Amino acid sequence: MTGPLIKVDKLTRDFDVSKPWLNRVIEREAKQYLRAVDDVSFEIKKGETLALVGESGSGKSTIAKMLVGLLKPTSGTVLFDDQPMRMDTSDDMQQLRKRFQMIFQSPFASLNPRWKVSDIIAEPMVVLGVEKDRNKIGKRVDELLDLVGLSEKDGNKFPHEFSGGQRQRIAIARSLSSNPEFIVCDEPTSALDVSVQAQILNLMRDLQDELGLTYLFISHDLSVVRHMANRIGVLYLGALVEVAESKTLFQKPKHPYTRMLLDAVPDLEMTNRMRKEITGEIPNPINPPSGCTFHPRCPFAEERCKIEKPKLLIAGSGAAACHLVEDGLLST
Amino acid sequence: MTAAFADFLASDFFYKFRRSPVAIGAFIVTAILVLSALFAPIIATQNPFDPGSLNLMNGFSKPGIANDFTGETFFLGTDDQGRDIFSTILYGLRVSLFVGFSAVMFAMVLGATLGLIAGYTGGRTDTIIMRIADIQLTFPAILVALLIFGIAKGITPPSYRDEVAIWVLIIAIGLSDWVQFARVVRGATLVERNKEYVQAAKLIGRSPFSIMIKHILPNTLGPVLVIATISLALAIIAEATLSFLGVGAPPTQPSLGTLISIGQRFLFSGEWWILFYPALTLLALALSVNLLGDWLRDALNPKLK
Amino acid sequence: MTQPLLSVKDLVIEFPTRDGPLTAVDGVSFDLAAGEILGVVGESGAGKSLTGSAIMGLLDPPGRIASGEIWLGSQRIDNLAEEDMRAIRGKRIGMVFQDPLTSLNPLYTIAQQLIETIRTHIKINESDARKRAIGLLDDVGIPAASRRIDDYPYQFSGGMRQRVVIALALAAEPELVIADEPTTALDVSVQAQIIDVLKEQCTERGASIILITHDMGVIAETANRVAVMYSGRIAEIGPVRDIIKNASHPYTKGLMGSIPTLAQADDRLTQIPGSMPRLTDIPAGCAFNPRCEQVFDKCRTERPFLVPNATCEVACWLYDEAAVKEGKK
Repeated sequence: MTGPLIKVDKLTRDFDVSKPWLNRVIEREAKQYLRAVDDVSFEIKKGETLALVGESGSGKSTIAKMLVGLLKPTSGTVLFDDQPMRMDTSDDMQQLRKRFQMIFQSPFASLNPRWKVSDIIAEPMVVLGVEKDRNKIGKRVDELLDLVGLSEKDGNKFPHEFSGGQRQRIAIARSLSSNPEFIVCDEPTSALDVSVQAQILNLMRDLQDELGLTYLFISHDLSVVRHMANRIGVLYLGALVEVAESKTLFQKPKHPYTRMLLDAVPDLEMTNRMRKEITGEIPNPINPPSGCTFHPRCPFAEERCKIEKPKLLIAGSGAAACHLVEDGLLST
Repeated sequence: MTAAFADFLASDFFYKFRRSPVAIGAFIVTAILVLSALFAPIIATQNPFDPGSLNLMNGFSKPGIANDFTGETFFLGTDDQGRDIFSTILYGLRVSLFVGFSAVMFAMVLGATLGLIAGYTGGRTDTIIMRIADIQLTFPAILVALLIFGIAKGITPPSYRDEVAIWVLIIAIGLSDWVQFARVVRGATLVERNKEYVQAAKLIGRSPFSIMIKHILPNTLGPVLVIATISLALAIIAEATLSFLGVGAPPTQPSLGTLISIGQRFLFSGEWWILFYPALTLLALALSVNLLGDWLRDALNPKLK
Repeated sequence: MTQPLLSVKDLVIEFPTRDGPLTAVDGVSFDLAAGEILGVVGESGAGKSLTGSAIMGLLDPPGRIASGEIWLGSQRIDNLAEEDMRAIRGKRIGMVFQDPLTSLNPLYTIAQQLIETIRTHIKINESDARKRAIGLLDDVGIPAASRRIDDYPYQFSGGMRQRVVIALALAAEPELVIADEPTTALDVSVQAQIIDVLKEQCTERGASIILITHDMGVIAETANRVAVMYSGRIAEIGPVRDIIKNASHPYTKGLMGSIPTLAQADDRLTQIPGSMPRLTDIPAGCAFNPRCEQVFDKCRTERPFLVPNATCEVACWLYDEAAVKEGKK
């Protein structure tokens, strides 16, 4: 394969958040739409880990769902190995579905409480027809349990008998059962304690090395992302504001929002550094600010920023969507 | 099997059961009544519906006292035809339990299916199903049952009416009861369908039907069990009411309600036992099932400590 | 030496079950000086929230304080009747919880809630109370406070709501504020703002803070001292800088090593094997012993209590000279 494994082009997703029809008629209100994802484009190469970082309203979860066919884009395309992602269950799509998987944020809601663990792990194999022989399925489930650090006996138990970290291991085992190449990880450790998070992150890295996996890693935690990703995309209100190699992003952030996020990371080195004051909160996505959506909170904002929306343009080895960066006015 | 049973005995659920005298009492009463009905042909002293075994001279015997004419003693007395009340209650219980249980099963399957579809599909389907449910709720259950009865009577030829009566009864009571199952299952479905395990199932291309049955349905059954138990009590009473009114069980297969209806005629002429014992049995059955259902609801509620 | 503002002595919190009582907090002791910020940090199940609830007298039954004492100044508060405790809550102890949505009553305006709290504990008339309330909102950084005070909670964003909750906690001028995971439900960029507001406003008013959280980063930026809890016990307590940069207890060391930071990237994160024991399975001796790399015999049989180690106190046999001399594996 020559091109990237995943190619996302001008992905956009709107949600209809209008009030019910009767209310609208009585109150004479127009329909309201929320633009959760705004013209996002990126690529992921085979074997790399791309991280998408953002706070609430950034659209990262929506992008994740569109990438695996759980949500239909309003416009734009998602290509997996040059094949378009669709939501039907035709034979082609089922073949494609064997090649990607997803790990979800909540270890409690992502496993069916009434199913045995072995059935949960085997489900992708069974439904996608990867393996039909009962015995072979059983053996593979045992292998997977072992791979994620659990024991064979755990297959006969139910999810509620396990802790959060162990459940996430089960979720990882499930995601590997159809032998996928690409896994979308939607905040997989956000609900876990710090020491458990360390175990899971180490496990995920080991599996990536061992099985040659490609990851899209979604998180709000910059420190975690630093640890896991090769490249990072920063999202704000549904749009990519900066994309850069991991090291570059942390040493030389370009976009003002990225700088603000980095500033907000707690100072565990106890350097007593002075933090620049962070202003404002994330605006309501139904009614975003004009021009550059970050301008109300940006310490460098100019007139142009209020009117014209910046495009994501190459900046150094990455890209940034900021007029001042484009004009070379912001030094790093 | 024994390992699972041992687990059950050690479980929190059984512990709560052991500690509740009401639950234990209600369970015992229900068990006795159900077993008696099950083994009626063995326990009953006569088959009250076999005209050949009856002796008119035994009519109106008092309970436990030897009859003036024949010298036979009947545990709970006899009715005007010489039928042993004890035996008629046992056979009547059979009908009552069979109808009650079947009606609840029918309502449960119908209601759960519609609730599942409404909750999972959403949109117009959901609205239509729920509006039908709402409209039906505006009619009293008995009225709905009577309506169905009337229709059934109109369309069946007279010779078949008695045979079909029981099934019509079951369908009538079931149709008047499905709404609560539908609502509960729909509510649970709405909660479950947004959970990530459903997304994980969609991710691998499972069909909506498959997701509903294999993933969502098992998670909606808890509250359904509670409602089913209480519904059983209500279904038994509904059946008794309809039979009492004369539109329920046919005379060839009388239920407890029919017996009460018969007994009512003789109440003020002194033969009180013909009404009293069937009524007492009905009361015991409905009350114990109801109490059991109440206890079950509290026991299965994770929020009550 | 001045009397500490808060003194917790050997607090034990139990939950009765059908197999006997479960000990969720097992002999926790610490002091809090006036104007100090103490962080109580630990993972889920360590007992930090329960400790906070016990101090506030808000322990959910069937949990109960089985033994120990809690002193607020010269008054003992763990054994007070509910009406007396209610007078203390709000007046002497203010509370900030994790979820601003449930801390504020959605049916009343901010003005109504603030004024009610103020007038319950301070005898002033309505218009003075209102002026005070507006002043409080200003202090916590709500723009256009005099107008927004008449808004309902739903009209505020998450971060703004949490600021209102802080204002509410400080309304009656308490001596102590207990904040239980105050920033966990907020976005990262807002967390920093809220922590700053909390610290600033409490320091200005001379109120001490007990900051309960699982987030070491928040502690690093805010607290003066920190207590690390594990399995219902304090593993280590001391000045923040010393504990974070130079932890003594093996658990704390493991914990600090597991936290990813912006500095190192390519090394594996330190991983403590296993997980915190369930309440039903707490090991004998030191609760951490099955997971500890430096375990020796005494750790498995006898429970260590806090002993001094430089500026901190550690509950670990490694720092007890006699124990170290006595036993090897």
